[in-house]
Amino acid sequence: MATTLAKAADGTETATHAARIEHVSKSFAGPAGRQTVLDDITLDVAPGEFVTLLGASGCGKSTLLNLVAGLDEPSAGAISTDGRPALMFQEHALFPWLTAGKNIELALKLRGVPKAERRGRAEELLELVRLGGAHGKRVHELSGGMRQRVALARALAQESRLLLMDEPFAALDAITRDVLHDELTRIWRETRLSVLFVTHNVREAVRLAQRVVLLSSRPGRIAREWTVDIEHPRRIEDTAVAELSVEITEELRGEIRRHGQH
Amino acid sequence: MASTDTTAKDAKGGADAHDLAGLEAGLDALETRQQARRPWRQTFVQKVLPPVLAVALVLAVWQALVSFRIVDDPTKLPSPGAVWSVLRDAWLEGELLGYIWTSVSRGLLGFFFALLIGTPLGLLVARVRFVRAAIGPILSGLQSLPSVAWVPPAVIWLGLNNQMMYAVILLGAVPSIANGLVSGVSQVPPLFLRAGRTLGATGLKGTWHIVLPAALPGYVAGLKQGWAFSWRSLMAAEIIASFPDLGIGLGQLLENGRNASDMAMVFEAILLILTVGIAIDLLIFSPLERWVLRSRGLLVKD
Repeated sequence: MATTLAKAADGTETATHAARIEHVSKSFAGPAGRQTVLDDITLDVAPGEFVTLLGASGCGKSTLLNLVAGLDEPSAGAISTDGRPALMFQEHALFPWLTAGKNIELALKLRGVPKAERRGRAEELLELVRLGGAHGKRVHELSGGMRQRVALARALAQESRLLLMDEPFAALDAITRDVLHDELTRIWRETRLSVLFVTHNVREAVRLAQRVVLLSSRPGRIAREWTVDIEHPRRIEDTAVAELSVEITEELRGEIRRHGQH
Repeated sequence: MASTDTTAKDAKGGADAHDLAGLEAGLDALETRQQARRPWRQTFVQKVLPPVLAVALVLAVWQALVSFRIVDDPTKLPSPGAVWSVLRDAWLEGELLGYIWTSVSRGLLGFFFALLIGTPLGLLVARVRFVRAAIGPILSGLQSLPSVAWVPPAVIWLGLNNQMMYAVILLGAVPSIANGLVSGVSQVPPLFLRAGRTLGATGLKGTWHIVLPAALPGYVAGLKQGWAFSWRSLMAAEIIASFPDLGIGLGQLLENGRNASDMAMVFEAILLILTVGIAIDLLIFSPLERWVLRSRGLLVKD
Protein backbone atom coordinates (compact mmCIF):
# COMPACT_ATOMS: atom_id res chain seq x y z
CA MET A 1 0.00 0.00 0.00
CA ALA A 2 1.13 3.49 -0.72
CA THR A 3 2.78 5.32 2.10
CA THR A 4 2.30 9.02 2.33
CA LEU A 5 5.58 10.85 2.21
CA ALA A 6 3.83 14.13 2.83
CA LYS A 7 2.09 12.94 5.98
CA ALA A 8 3.51 15.77 8.06
CA ALA A 9 2.01 18.23 5.65
CA ASP A 10 -1.37 16.52 5.90
CA GLY A 11 -3.37 18.21 3.20
CA THR A 12 -1.47 21.50 3.17
CA GLU A 13 0.24 22.80 0.07
CA THR A 14 3.70 21.74 1.17
CA ALA A 15 3.42 18.27 -0.39
CA THR A 16 6.08 18.01 -3.07
CA HIS A 17 4.12 15.63 -5.25
CA ALA A 18 0.62 14.19 -5.54
CA ALA A 19 1.96 10.82 -6.66
CA ARG A 20 5.47 9.45 -6.88
CA ILE A 21 6.04 6.24 -8.83
CA GLU A 22 9.60 4.94 -8.42
CA HIS A 23 11.03 2.08 -10.48
CA VAL A 24 7.74 0.24 -10.42
CA SER A 25 7.44 -3.13 -12.16
CA LYS A 26 4.49 -5.45 -12.25
CA SER A 27 4.32 -9.00 -13.55
CA PHE A 28 1.53 -11.56 -13.56
CA ALA A 29 1.62 -15.34 -13.84
CA GLY A 30 0.31 -16.11 -17.32
CA PRO A 31 -0.03 -19.21 -19.52
CA ALA A 32 3.47 -18.58 -20.96
CA GLY A 33 5.21 -18.13 -17.62
CA ARG A 34 5.50 -14.80 -15.80
CA GLN A 35 4.62 -11.84 -17.95
CA THR A 36 6.00 -8.43 -17.24
CA VAL A 37 3.27 -5.84 -17.74
CA LEU A 38 5.07 -2.80 -16.37
CA ASP A 39 8.82 -2.42 -16.45
CA ASP A 40 10.68 0.12 -14.34
CA ILE A 41 8.24 3.02 -14.46
CA THR A 42 9.32 6.21 -12.76
CA LEU A 43 6.89 9.12 -12.82
CA ASP A 44 5.99 12.05 -10.58
CA VAL A 45 2.74 13.95 -10.61
CA ALA A 46 3.19 17.43 -9.10
CA PRO A 47 0.45 18.98 -6.94
CA GLY A 48 -2.15 20.49 -9.25
CA GLU A 49 -0.65 18.90 -12.34
CA PHE A 50 -2.69 17.22 -15.10
CA VAL A 51 -0.85 14.25 -16.59
CA THR A 52 -2.19 11.85 -19.21
CA LEU A 53 -0.83 8.36 -19.65
CA LEU A 54 -1.14 7.39 -23.28
CA GLY A 55 -0.61 4.00 -24.84
CA ALA A 56 -1.95 1.25 -27.08
CA SER A 57 -3.59 -1.87 -25.67
CA GLY A 58 -1.32 -4.00 -23.58
CA CYS A 59 0.80 -1.13 -22.30
CA GLY A 60 -0.43 -1.71 -18.76
CA LYS A 61 -1.82 1.79 -18.27
CA SER A 62 -4.84 0.55 -16.36
CA THR A 63 -2.61 -1.74 -14.31
CA LEU A 64 -0.47 1.24 -13.37
CA LEU A 65 -3.55 3.19 -12.33
CA ASN A 66 -4.74 0.29 -10.16
CA LEU A 67 -1.34 0.25 -8.46
CA VAL A 68 -1.50 3.98 -7.76
CA ALA A 69 -5.08 3.54 -6.48
CA GLY A 70 -3.83 0.88 -4.07
CA LEU A 71 -6.10 -1.80 -5.55
CA ASP A 72 -3.04 -3.92 -6.36
CA GLU A 73 0.59 -4.23 -5.20
CA PRO A 74 3.62 -3.60 -7.42
CA SER A 75 6.04 -6.52 -7.92
CA ALA A 76 8.97 -4.15 -7.45
CA GLY A 77 9.47 -0.46 -6.73
CA ALA A 78 7.45 1.93 -4.60
CA ILE A 79 4.46 4.17 -5.02
CA SER A 80 3.51 6.97 -2.69
CA THR A 81 0.53 9.28 -2.90
CA ASP A 82 -0.66 12.34 -1.03
CA GLY A 83 -3.57 10.64 0.76
CA ARG A 84 -5.88 8.04 -0.74
CA PRO A 85 -6.56 8.90 -4.38
CA ALA A 86 -10.03 9.00 -5.92
CA LEU A 87 -10.62 6.78 -8.94
CA MET A 88 -12.99 7.09 -11.89
CA PHE A 89 -13.61 4.20 -14.25
CA GLN A 90 -14.60 3.85 -17.88
CA GLU A 91 -17.96 2.56 -16.67
CA HIS A 92 -19.67 5.02 -14.36
CA ALA A 93 -19.69 2.44 -11.51
CA LEU A 94 -22.52 4.29 -9.78
CA PHE A 95 -24.54 2.09 -7.45
CA PRO A 96 -27.95 1.49 -9.05
CA TRP A 97 -29.71 0.96 -5.71
CA LEU A 98 -28.98 4.56 -4.74
CA THR A 99 -30.08 7.83 -6.32
CA ALA A 100 -27.47 10.12 -7.89
CA GLY A 101 -27.35 12.25 -4.73
CA LYS A 102 -27.18 9.24 -2.40
CA ASN A 103 -24.23 7.86 -4.36
CA ILE A 104 -22.36 11.04 -3.52
CA GLU A 105 -23.59 10.99 0.06
CA LEU A 106 -22.28 7.43 0.46
CA ALA A 107 -18.80 8.61 -0.53
CA LEU A 108 -19.11 11.43 2.02
CA LYS A 109 -20.35 9.04 4.69
CA LEU A 110 -17.47 6.62 4.14
CA ARG A 111 -15.13 9.58 4.51
CA GLY A 112 -16.70 10.38 7.88
CA VAL A 113 -18.66 13.51 6.98
CA PRO A 114 -21.43 14.03 9.59
CA LYS A 115 -24.96 13.21 8.45
CA ALA A 116 -26.21 16.79 8.76
CA GLU A 117 -23.66 18.08 6.25
CA ARG A 118 -23.91 15.35 3.64
CA ARG A 119 -27.05 16.46 1.86
CA GLY A 120 -25.85 20.02 1.38
CA ARG A 121 -22.38 18.95 0.30
CA ALA A 122 -23.85 16.50 -2.24
CA GLU A 123 -26.03 19.28 -3.67
CA GLU A 124 -22.94 21.49 -4.01
CA LEU A 125 -21.02 18.78 -5.82
CA LEU A 126 -23.94 18.18 -8.18
CA GLU A 127 -24.03 21.92 -8.86
CA LEU A 128 -20.33 21.77 -9.63
CA VAL A 129 -20.92 19.23 -12.40
CA ARG A 130 -24.03 21.21 -13.44
CA LEU A 131 -26.51 18.61 -12.31
CA GLY A 132 -28.24 20.61 -9.60
CA GLY A 133 -31.70 19.11 -9.14
CA ALA A 134 -30.60 15.59 -10.10
CA HIS A 135 -30.22 14.53 -6.45
CA GLY A 136 -33.29 12.28 -6.48
CA LYS A 137 -32.72 10.81 -9.94
CA ARG A 138 -32.08 7.09 -10.27
CA VAL A 139 -28.93 6.10 -12.12
CA HIS A 140 -30.84 4.46 -14.98
CA GLU A 141 -32.79 7.67 -15.54
CA LEU A 142 -29.60 9.56 -16.42
CA SER A 143 -27.86 9.68 -19.80
CA GLY A 144 -24.32 8.36 -20.25
CA GLY A 145 -22.79 11.82 -19.96
CA MET A 146 -24.82 12.67 -16.86
CA ARG A 147 -23.78 9.40 -15.22
CA GLN A 148 -20.11 10.19 -15.76
CA ARG A 149 -20.65 13.65 -14.31
CA VAL A 150 -22.27 12.14 -11.21
CA ALA A 151 -19.35 9.69 -11.03
CA LEU A 152 -16.99 12.67 -11.21
CA ALA A 153 -18.92 14.41 -8.42
CA ARG A 154 -18.71 11.23 -6.34
CA ALA A 155 -14.96 11.03 -6.92
CA LEU A 156 -14.62 14.69 -5.93
CA ALA A 157 -16.59 13.97 -2.75
CA GLN A 158 -13.59 12.00 -1.52
CA GLU A 159 -11.66 15.27 -1.31
CA SER A 160 -8.51 13.54 -2.47
CA ARG A 161 -5.60 15.60 -3.69
CA LEU A 162 -5.22 13.19 -6.60
CA LEU A 163 -7.87 12.08 -9.07
CA LEU A 164 -7.13 8.96 -11.12
CA MET A 165 -9.17 8.52 -14.29
CA ASP A 166 -9.22 5.29 -16.27
CA GLU A 167 -10.50 6.16 -19.77
CA PRO A 168 -13.59 7.74 -18.20
CA PHE A 169 -15.01 9.15 -21.45
CA ALA A 170 -14.17 6.30 -23.83
CA ALA A 171 -17.73 4.97 -23.97
CA LEU A 172 -19.37 8.33 -24.70
CA ASP A 173 -20.34 9.82 -28.05
CA ALA A 174 -18.06 12.51 -29.51
CA ILE A 175 -20.19 15.55 -28.64
CA THR A 176 -20.78 14.47 -25.07
CA ARG A 177 -17.12 13.63 -24.66
CA ASP A 178 -16.12 17.06 -25.90
CA VAL A 179 -18.45 18.72 -23.40
CA LEU A 180 -17.05 16.61 -20.59
CA HIS A 181 -13.50 17.60 -21.58
CA ASP A 182 -14.52 21.22 -21.05
CA GLU A 183 -16.14 20.36 -17.71
CA LEU A 184 -13.16 18.40 -16.47
CA THR A 185 -10.77 21.20 -17.44
CA ARG A 186 -12.96 23.77 -15.68
CA ILE A 187 -13.25 21.67 -12.52
CA TRP A 188 -9.55 20.82 -12.49
CA ARG A 189 -8.67 24.52 -12.68
CA GLU A 190 -11.21 25.45 -10.02
CA THR A 191 -10.23 22.74 -7.53
CA ARG A 192 -6.47 22.65 -8.22
CA LEU A 193 -6.56 18.87 -8.10
CA SER A 194 -3.82 16.67 -9.48
CA VAL A 195 -5.11 14.40 -12.23
CA LEU A 196 -3.58 11.25 -13.66
CA PHE A 197 -5.66 10.43 -16.72
CA VAL A 198 -5.30 7.24 -18.73
CA THR A 199 -6.41 7.11 -22.37
CA HIS A 200 -5.63 5.64 -25.77
CA ASN A 201 -7.04 8.71 -27.50
CA VAL A 202 -4.17 11.03 -28.50
CA ARG A 203 -6.30 14.10 -29.13
CA GLU A 204 -7.99 13.67 -25.77
CA ALA A 205 -4.59 13.46 -24.11
CA VAL A 206 -3.35 16.65 -25.78
CA ARG A 207 -6.63 18.49 -25.27
CA LEU A 208 -6.59 17.92 -21.51
CA ALA A 209 -3.07 17.55 -20.19
CA GLN A 210 -0.12 19.67 -19.18
CA ARG A 211 2.08 16.65 -19.73
CA VAL A 212 1.54 13.61 -21.95
CA VAL A 213 3.42 10.43 -21.09
CA LEU A 214 3.62 7.78 -23.80
CA LEU A 215 3.93 4.17 -22.68
CA SER A 216 5.29 1.43 -24.90
CA SER A 217 3.51 -1.93 -24.94
CA ARG A 218 4.53 -5.34 -23.61
CA PRO A 219 6.17 -4.56 -21.35
CA GLY A 220 4.93 -1.07 -20.51
CA ARG A 221 7.83 1.37 -20.31
CA ILE A 222 7.86 5.12 -20.51
CA ALA A 223 8.73 5.80 -24.16
CA ARG A 224 8.55 9.59 -24.33
CA GLU A 225 7.09 12.64 -22.65
CA TRP A 226 5.69 15.89 -24.02
CA THR A 227 4.92 19.08 -22.20
CA VAL A 228 1.77 20.65 -23.61
CA ASP A 229 1.81 24.42 -23.31
CA ILE A 230 -1.24 25.28 -25.31
CA GLU A 231 -3.33 27.87 -23.52
CA HIS A 232 -6.75 27.02 -22.08
CA PRO A 233 -9.52 26.99 -23.14
CA ARG A 234 -8.49 24.46 -25.74
CA ARG A 235 -10.70 22.89 -28.36
CA ILE A 236 -10.25 19.47 -29.83
CA GLU A 237 -10.10 21.03 -33.34
CA ASP A 238 -7.46 23.67 -32.45
CA THR A 239 -4.50 23.69 -34.82
CA ALA A 240 -1.97 23.48 -31.99
CA VAL A 241 -3.80 20.48 -30.50
CA ALA A 242 -3.92 18.84 -33.93
CA GLU A 243 -0.23 19.42 -34.66
CA LEU A 244 1.02 17.95 -31.41
CA SER A 245 -1.45 15.08 -31.79
CA VAL A 246 0.00 14.22 -35.20
CA GLU A 247 3.50 14.14 -33.74
CA ILE A 248 2.47 11.94 -30.80
CA THR A 249 0.39 9.65 -33.03
CA GLU A 250 3.44 9.05 -35.25
CA GLU A 251 5.44 8.05 -32.20
CA LEU A 252 2.61 5.82 -30.94
CA ARG A 253 2.35 4.13 -34.35
CA GLY A 254 6.07 3.51 -34.30
CA GLU A 255 5.71 1.81 -30.90
CA ILE A 256 2.87 -0.37 -32.16
CA ARG A 257 4.74 -1.23 -35.40
CA ARG A 258 7.69 -2.62 -33.44
CA HIS A 259 5.45 -5.45 -32.23
CA GLY A 260 4.77 -6.68 -35.78
CA GLN A 261 8.48 -6.95 -36.66
CA HIS A 262 9.71 -9.95 -34.73
CA MET B 1 -18.25 17.20 -34.31
CA ALA B 2 -20.37 19.56 -36.36
CA SER B 3 -22.29 21.03 -33.45
CA THR B 4 -19.25 22.45 -31.66
CA ASP B 5 -18.10 24.20 -34.84
CA THR B 6 -20.78 26.82 -34.33
CA THR B 7 -18.62 28.33 -31.60
CA ALA B 8 -16.37 30.60 -33.61
CA LYS B 9 -12.73 30.66 -32.59
CA ASP B 10 -12.76 34.33 -31.55
CA ALA B 11 -15.89 33.86 -29.44
CA LYS B 12 -13.88 31.90 -26.89
CA GLY B 13 -13.43 33.04 -23.33
CA GLY B 14 -16.41 34.61 -21.60
CA ALA B 15 -18.99 33.29 -24.03
CA ASP B 16 -17.50 29.82 -23.69
CA ALA B 17 -18.71 29.03 -20.20
CA HIS B 18 -22.24 30.11 -20.97
CA ASP B 19 -22.21 28.19 -24.22
CA LEU B 20 -21.02 25.05 -22.44
CA ALA B 21 -23.80 25.15 -19.86
CA GLY B 22 -26.37 25.57 -22.63
CA LEU B 23 -24.88 22.76 -24.70
CA GLU B 24 -24.84 20.47 -21.70
CA ALA B 25 -28.44 21.27 -20.79
CA GLY B 26 -29.44 20.49 -24.36
CA LEU B 27 -27.61 17.14 -24.33
CA ASP B 28 -29.16 16.22 -21.00
CA ALA B 29 -32.63 17.07 -22.24
CA LEU B 30 -32.16 15.10 -25.47
CA GLU B 31 -30.84 11.99 -23.79
CA THR B 32 -33.22 11.78 -20.87
CA ARG B 33 -36.28 9.75 -21.55
CA GLN B 34 -39.48 10.29 -19.65
CA GLN B 35 -41.11 7.06 -18.67
CA ALA B 36 -44.86 7.28 -18.51
CA ARG B 37 -46.85 4.79 -16.51
CA ARG B 38 -48.90 2.38 -18.52
CA PRO B 39 -52.55 3.46 -18.82
CA TRP B 40 -55.04 1.47 -16.76
CA ARG B 41 -56.93 0.17 -19.78
CA GLN B 42 -53.76 -1.23 -21.35
CA THR B 43 -52.82 -2.95 -18.09
CA PHE B 44 -56.24 -4.56 -18.00
CA VAL B 45 -56.09 -5.84 -21.58
CA GLN B 46 -52.47 -7.04 -21.39
CA LYS B 47 -52.15 -8.29 -17.82
CA VAL B 48 -55.57 -9.03 -16.29
CA LEU B 49 -57.65 -10.29 -19.16
CA PRO B 50 -55.44 -13.21 -20.39
CA PRO B 51 -55.31 -15.13 -17.07
CA VAL B 52 -59.03 -14.51 -16.47
CA LEU B 53 -59.79 -15.97 -19.91
CA ALA B 54 -57.55 -18.97 -19.20
CA VAL B 55 -59.35 -19.72 -15.93
CA ALA B 56 -62.72 -19.33 -17.65
CA LEU B 57 -61.61 -21.80 -20.34
CA VAL B 58 -60.55 -24.38 -17.74
CA LEU B 59 -63.90 -24.02 -15.96
CA ALA B 60 -65.76 -24.40 -19.27
CA VAL B 61 -63.87 -27.59 -20.16
CA TRP B 62 -64.47 -28.94 -16.67
CA GLN B 63 -68.19 -28.20 -16.87
CA ALA B 64 -68.34 -29.75 -20.34
CA LEU B 65 -66.71 -32.96 -19.09
CA VAL B 66 -69.47 -33.27 -16.49
CA SER B 67 -72.40 -31.97 -18.59
CA PHE B 68 -71.74 -34.15 -21.61
CA ARG B 69 -71.13 -37.13 -19.32
CA ILE B 70 -67.64 -37.71 -20.63
CA VAL B 71 -66.70 -38.42 -17.01
CA ASP B 72 -69.88 -39.70 -15.50
CA ASP B 73 -68.86 -40.37 -11.92
CA PRO B 74 -69.17 -37.64 -9.24
CA THR B 75 -66.78 -39.56 -6.97
CA LYS B 76 -64.08 -39.13 -9.64
CA LEU B 77 -64.91 -35.68 -10.98
CA PRO B 78 -67.40 -33.46 -9.16
CA SER B 79 -69.05 -30.65 -11.11
CA PRO B 80 -67.80 -27.08 -10.64
CA GLY B 81 -71.14 -26.35 -9.06
CA ALA B 82 -70.66 -29.07 -6.42
CA VAL B 83 -67.24 -27.71 -5.49
CA TRP B 84 -68.67 -24.21 -5.35
CA SER B 85 -71.46 -25.31 -2.96
CA VAL B 86 -68.91 -27.04 -0.67
CA LEU B 87 -66.93 -23.80 -0.63
CA ARG B 88 -70.06 -21.76 0.06
CA ASP B 89 -71.13 -24.06 2.86
CA ALA B 90 -67.71 -23.80 4.49
CA TRP B 91 -67.97 -20.02 4.20
CA LEU B 92 -71.51 -19.94 5.63
CA GLU B 93 -70.50 -22.21 8.52
CA GLY B 94 -67.71 -19.72 9.17
CA GLU B 95 -65.00 -22.34 8.79
CA LEU B 96 -63.43 -21.39 5.48
CA LEU B 97 -61.38 -18.50 6.84
CA GLY B 98 -60.38 -20.71 9.77
CA TYR B 99 -58.87 -23.33 7.43
CA ILE B 100 -57.05 -20.67 5.49
CA TRP B 101 -55.80 -18.78 8.52
CA THR B 102 -54.52 -21.95 10.23
CA SER B 103 -52.31 -22.72 7.26
CA VAL B 104 -51.34 -19.18 6.31
CA SER B 105 -50.33 -18.24 9.86
CA ARG B 106 -48.21 -21.39 10.10
CA GLY B 107 -46.72 -20.80 6.68
CA LEU B 108 -45.83 -17.14 7.23
CA LEU B 109 -44.47 -17.70 10.75
CA GLY B 110 -42.37 -20.61 9.49
CA PHE B 111 -41.17 -18.50 6.58
CA PHE B 112 -40.23 -15.72 8.98
CA PHE B 113 -38.07 -18.11 11.00
CA ALA B 114 -36.57 -19.44 7.77
CA LEU B 115 -35.69 -15.85 6.88
CA LEU B 116 -33.97 -15.33 10.24
CA ILE B 117 -31.87 -18.45 9.78
CA GLY B 118 -31.37 -18.45 6.02
CA THR B 119 -30.09 -14.88 5.73
CA PRO B 120 -27.06 -15.07 8.04
CA LEU B 121 -26.37 -18.59 6.79
CA GLY B 122 -26.37 -17.39 3.19
CA LEU B 123 -24.11 -14.48 4.05
CA LEU B 124 -21.69 -16.78 5.82
CA VAL B 125 -21.58 -19.19 2.88
CA ALA B 126 -21.17 -16.34 0.40
CA ARG B 127 -18.43 -14.47 2.25
CA VAL B 128 -16.34 -17.13 4.02
CA ARG B 129 -14.49 -19.25 1.51
CA PHE B 130 -14.03 -22.25 3.81
CA VAL B 131 -17.72 -22.36 4.76
CA ARG B 132 -18.63 -22.06 1.11
CA ALA B 133 -16.44 -24.98 0.13
CA ALA B 134 -17.72 -27.00 3.09
CA ILE B 135 -21.49 -26.58 2.88
CA GLY B 136 -22.19 -24.69 -0.35
CA PRO B 137 -22.75 -27.83 -2.46
CA ILE B 138 -24.85 -29.46 0.28
CA LEU B 139 -27.01 -26.36 0.52
CA SER B 140 -27.76 -26.29 -3.19
CA GLY B 141 -28.23 -30.07 -3.22
CA LEU B 142 -30.82 -29.79 -0.45
CA GLN B 143 -32.98 -27.71 -2.77
CA SER B 144 -33.63 -30.72 -4.95
CA LEU B 145 -34.71 -32.87 -2.00
CA PRO B 146 -38.54 -32.92 -1.90
CA SER B 147 -39.55 -31.43 1.42
CA VAL B 148 -42.05 -34.22 2.04
CA ALA B 149 -39.01 -36.41 2.74
CA TRP B 150 -38.46 -34.43 5.93
CA VAL B 151 -41.90 -35.26 7.35
CA PRO B 152 -41.19 -38.78 8.68
CA PRO B 153 -37.98 -37.83 10.54
CA ALA B 154 -39.62 -34.64 11.85
CA VAL B 155 -42.57 -36.66 13.21
CA ILE B 156 -40.18 -39.08 14.93
CA TRP B 157 -38.03 -36.31 16.39
CA LEU B 158 -40.72 -33.88 17.43
CA GLY B 159 -44.01 -35.79 17.43
CA LEU B 160 -47.30 -34.75 15.87
CA ASN B 161 -47.38 -31.08 16.76
CA ASN B 162 -46.86 -27.59 15.42
CA GLN B 163 -43.08 -27.67 16.06
CA MET B 164 -42.84 -30.53 13.61
CA MET B 165 -44.62 -28.44 10.95
CA TYR B 166 -42.25 -25.53 11.52
CA ALA B 167 -39.26 -27.85 11.33
CA VAL B 168 -40.40 -29.13 7.94
CA ILE B 169 -40.96 -25.57 6.68
CA LEU B 170 -37.48 -24.54 7.85
CA LEU B 171 -35.81 -27.51 6.19
CA GLY B 172 -37.63 -26.68 2.96
CA ALA B 173 -37.21 -22.90 2.90
CA VAL B 174 -33.84 -22.18 4.54
CA PRO B 175 -31.76 -23.63 1.66
CA SER B 176 -33.71 -21.58 -0.92
CA ILE B 177 -33.29 -18.34 0.98
CA ALA B 178 -29.61 -18.96 1.71
CA ASN B 179 -28.94 -20.01 -1.90
CA GLY B 180 -30.69 -16.93 -3.23
CA LEU B 181 -28.40 -14.74 -1.18
CA VAL B 182 -25.32 -16.74 -2.20
CA SER B 183 -26.09 -16.43 -5.90
CA GLY B 184 -26.99 -12.77 -5.42
CA VAL B 185 -23.61 -12.12 -3.82
CA SER B 186 -21.67 -14.07 -6.45
CA GLN B 187 -23.35 -12.03 -9.18
CA VAL B 188 -22.28 -8.69 -7.73
CA PRO B 189 -20.28 -7.00 -10.50
CA PRO B 190 -16.57 -6.79 -9.50
CA LEU B 191 -16.65 -3.16 -10.63
CA PHE B 192 -18.95 -2.27 -7.71
CA LEU B 193 -16.52 -3.91 -5.29
CA ARG B 194 -13.59 -1.98 -6.75
CA ALA B 195 -15.56 1.26 -6.74
CA GLY B 196 -16.55 0.56 -3.14
CA ARG B 197 -12.97 -0.09 -2.13
CA THR B 198 -11.71 3.18 -3.62
CA LEU B 199 -14.46 4.96 -1.66
CA GLY B 200 -13.25 3.27 1.51
CA ALA B 201 -15.91 0.57 1.85
CA THR B 202 -13.84 -2.40 2.96
CA GLY B 203 -14.57 -5.29 5.32
CA LEU B 204 -17.91 -5.02 7.15
CA LYS B 205 -18.56 -1.57 5.68
CA GLY B 206 -18.14 -3.07 2.23
CA THR B 207 -20.55 -5.89 3.05
CA TRP B 208 -23.16 -3.51 4.43
CA HIS B 209 -22.94 -0.67 1.90
CA ILE B 210 -21.99 -2.52 -1.27
CA VAL B 211 -22.36 -6.32 -1.22
CA LEU B 212 -25.77 -6.63 0.45
CA PRO B 213 -27.59 -3.97 -1.55
CA ALA B 214 -25.97 -5.20 -4.77
CA ALA B 215 -27.12 -8.76 -3.97
CA LEU B 216 -30.71 -7.72 -3.22
CA PRO B 217 -32.28 -8.86 -6.53
CA GLY B 218 -30.89 -12.40 -6.07
CA TYR B 219 -31.93 -12.38 -2.43
CA VAL B 220 -35.51 -11.39 -3.28
CA ALA B 221 -35.66 -14.13 -5.92
CA GLY B 222 -34.53 -16.52 -3.18
CA LEU B 223 -37.26 -15.23 -0.84
CA LYS B 224 -39.86 -15.82 -3.51
CA GLN B 225 -38.70 -19.37 -4.03
CA GLY B 226 -38.37 -19.79 -0.26
CA TRP B 227 -42.04 -18.91 0.17
CA ALA B 228 -43.06 -21.45 -2.51
CA PHE B 229 -41.00 -24.09 -0.70
CA SER B 230 -42.43 -23.11 2.71
CA TRP B 231 -45.96 -23.47 1.43
CA ARG B 232 -45.31 -26.84 -0.25
CA SER B 233 -43.50 -28.20 2.81
CA LEU B 234 -46.32 -27.10 5.05
CA MET B 235 -48.95 -28.80 2.89
CA ALA B 236 -46.92 -32.01 2.87
CA ALA B 237 -46.64 -31.83 6.66
CA GLU B 238 -50.34 -31.10 7.14
CA ILE B 239 -51.46 -33.94 4.90
CA ILE B 240 -49.27 -36.55 6.57
CA ALA B 241 -49.57 -35.30 10.14
CA SER B 242 -53.28 -34.60 10.29
CA PHE B 243 -54.28 -34.76 13.89
CA PRO B 244 -57.51 -33.21 15.24
CA ASP B 245 -55.79 -31.30 18.05
CA LEU B 246 -53.65 -29.38 15.57
CA GLY B 247 -56.60 -27.52 14.11
CA ILE B 248 -57.72 -27.97 10.52
CA GLY B 249 -55.51 -26.34 7.94
CA LEU B 250 -55.80 -26.73 4.18
CA GLY B 251 -53.63 -29.87 4.14
CA GLN B 252 -55.82 -31.53 6.76
CA LEU B 253 -58.90 -30.47 4.80
CA LEU B 254 -57.52 -32.30 1.78
CA GLU B 255 -56.74 -35.37 3.87
CA ASN B 256 -60.23 -35.29 5.46
CA GLY B 257 -61.75 -35.17 1.99
CA ARG B 258 -59.79 -38.25 0.98
CA ASN B 259 -60.84 -40.14 4.13
CA ALA B 260 -64.47 -39.27 3.51
CA SER B 261 -64.12 -40.08 -0.22
CA ASP B 262 -65.63 -36.64 -0.78
CA MET B 263 -64.18 -35.55 -4.11
CA ALA B 264 -65.79 -32.11 -3.94
CA MET B 265 -64.00 -31.44 -0.65
CA VAL B 266 -60.72 -32.66 -2.15
CA PHE B 267 -61.13 -30.23 -5.06
CA GLU B 268 -62.07 -27.47 -2.64
CA ALA B 269 -58.87 -28.03 -0.68
CA ILE B 270 -56.66 -28.16 -3.79
CA LEU B 271 -58.19 -24.97 -5.15
CA LEU B 272 -57.70 -23.20 -1.83
CA ILE B 273 -54.06 -24.33 -1.52
CA LEU B 274 -53.36 -23.10 -5.04
CA THR B 275 -55.20 -19.82 -4.57
CA VAL B 276 -53.55 -18.96 -1.25
CA GLY B 277 -50.08 -19.79 -2.58
CA ILE B 278 -50.60 -17.57 -5.61
CA ALA B 279 -52.26 -14.81 -3.58
CA ILE B 280 -49.38 -14.51 -1.12
CA ASP B 281 -46.93 -14.39 -4.00
CA LEU B 282 -48.95 -11.74 -5.83
CA LEU B 283 -49.59 -9.65 -2.73
CA ILE B 284 -46.14 -9.75 -1.10
CA PHE B 285 -43.30 -11.20 -3.14
CA SER B 286 -44.04 -10.08 -6.69
CA PRO B 287 -44.52 -6.42 -5.71
CA LEU B 288 -41.33 -6.60 -3.64
CA GLU B 289 -39.40 -8.04 -6.57
CA ARG B 290 -40.86 -5.54 -9.03
CA TRP B 291 -40.00 -2.66 -6.73
CA VAL B 292 -36.39 -3.81 -6.34
CA LEU B 293 -35.92 -4.33 -10.06
CA ARG B 294 -37.74 -1.18 -11.16
CA SER B 295 -35.78 1.09 -8.83
CA ARG B 296 -32.59 -0.21 -10.47
CA GLY B 297 -33.89 0.08 -14.00
CA LEU B 298 -33.70 -3.70 -14.39
CA LEU B 299 -37.36 -4.27 -15.18
CA VAL B 300 -37.85 -4.54 -18.93
CA LYS B 301 -41.16 -3.06 -19.92
CA ASP B 302 -43.18 -4.59 -22.78
